[in-house]
Amino acid sequence: MMASVTTADHTSSELTLRVNGTAHRLRLDHRTTLLDALREHLGLTGTKKGCDHGQCGACTVLLGGRAGGRRVNSCLLLAVMAQDTEIITIEGLASPDGELHPLQAAFVEHDALQCGYCTPGQICSAAAMLGEAAAGWPSAASASLSPQAGPVTLDAAEIRERMSGNLCRCGAYVNILAAIRDVLQEAP
Amino acid sequence: MRPFGYLVPPDPAAAIAAVTGRPGAAFLAGGTNLVDLMKLGVASPDLLVDVTGLLPGRIEPAPSGGLRIGAGVRNSDLAADPRVRAGYPVLAQAVLAGASGQLRNMATVGGNLLQRPRCPYFQDVTKPCNKRDPGSGCPARVGDHRNLAILGGSAHCVATHPSDMAVALAALDAVVHIEGPGGPRTLPLGGLYRLPGGRPDRETTLERGDLITAVDLPAPGFAARSAYRKVRDRASYAFAVASVAAALDVSGGVVRDARLALGAVAPVPWRARAAERVLAGRPATAEWFGRAADAELAAAAPLRDNAFKLTLVRNVVVRMLSELAGSEPAGAAQ
Repeated sequence: MMASVTTADHTSSELTLRVNGTAHRLRLDHRTTLLDALREHLGLTGTKKGCDHGQCGACTVLLGGRAGGRRVNSCLLLAVMAQDTEIITIEGLASPDGELHPLQAAFVEHDALQCGYCTPGQICSAAAMLGEAAAGWPSAASASLSPQAGPVTLDAAEIRERMSGNLCRCGAYVNILAAIRDVLQEAP
Repeated sequence: MRPFGYLVPPDPAAAIAAVTGRPGAAFLAGGTNLVDLMKLGVASPDLLVDVTGLLPGRIEPAPSGGLRIGAGVRNSDLAADPRVRAGYPVLAQAVLAGASGQLRNMATVGGNLLQRPRCPYFQDVTKPCNKRDPGSGCPARVGDHRNLAILGGSAHCVATHPSDMAVALAALDAVVHIEGPGGPRTLPLGGLYRLPGGRPDRETTLERGDLITAVDLPAPGFAARSAYRKVRDRASYAFAVASVAAALDVSGGVVRDARLALGAVAPVPWRARAAERVLAGRPATAEWFGRAADAELAAAAPLRDNAFKLTLVRNVVVRMLSELAGSEPAGAAQ
């Protein structure tokens, strides 16, 4: 599956991107970021371009599938680097039958947005963040980094720290935090 | 952005050959800094050699009794590793203090060591910069230098090294494994970096085609009593204004050994050896911790707007060493 990249002198490649369960065959200029491939070539405009420099998180998508996928900034990832993995965008986060992901429902419930531009990135980021915490990953806000510290408790300080890669210029942070905490409380 | 070729070589030797043989070629790992610099026009390789699938991506026991961290290990995996968290808290804390969850998932250990400065003039191709365009000048000395170097800079460059992780590795005496056109070799972390002097365009001692493959940590010992403290302009997701990595071994109220490195104050991760020399064998008190910081900062050459870092670094050093020694500083620094 690894890059069908031909020779060093070509500036574009034929490649396959697997997005939300569908494989797409594309020829892309190597300069194309995953973000631009999603938006401009696949019509998946849910993923947003904010700063385009990895500073705002609006472009956050998951690599490696809906469960256990890792959040990344798709603006800093070249599309040719994303060939060997399952890419999940905000369009693929809901169930196939259309039922919203719990985070999507909680963001609606808590009015966790104003303009909504950062929202897809916030939700994708939060989905992966909950998985990271469940896997026991510590954060800079964790009281102890000791592996014996036990399961991560996602209090407000932990959530703020772990979500700091997603900016909201409307300042909807209070309700974003409430939406994420709501999902945590409903989790089994 | 300039068009470029993209190559996924079969093995590290082929990757090294590809970069060695082509002046415009660059290794690509996580890409979080390089792709950004290409967008900014600061970097313009004509070939990217993707080594993400080639570099060791595991953390394993090292012959030294410590750990060998593959250069392809993602920052998030490094910080989450139970052996790192238990034996080298300074390193886990430093990595977690850097960037965001998204970026730590992409960024690799090798790439983190080789990231470029975030000096505003270096990153702006419409401005002169001796690092980007040798001989063009350095506007930072009279311009925006609030967050630039107070130690180790030169008349030609006062950019700071941006890594948190490398500051912890400097304090830990980490060893960098390199493969290159001349074969494999190792360097102490401090030997990887160069002070700018008259050649700020040369940031490391690596030659064309040299590839960092792993970083060794020494056997865990008193590194278990270590910490990283980062001061920044906002609570999270910002580069340091100053940072300190410290490890301390105290017995009977006396410092047996101390390791100290400073971040965001110099063009390289700054090992504070003058401070360490002051501390050895001395009482583990706030007074001596302050003297140690003063000894290190005696060589500082702050600019108009960054002399505040002198006080900041001194206070953070005193507080951290006091906490590591198990005692609050007398007359606590703010």
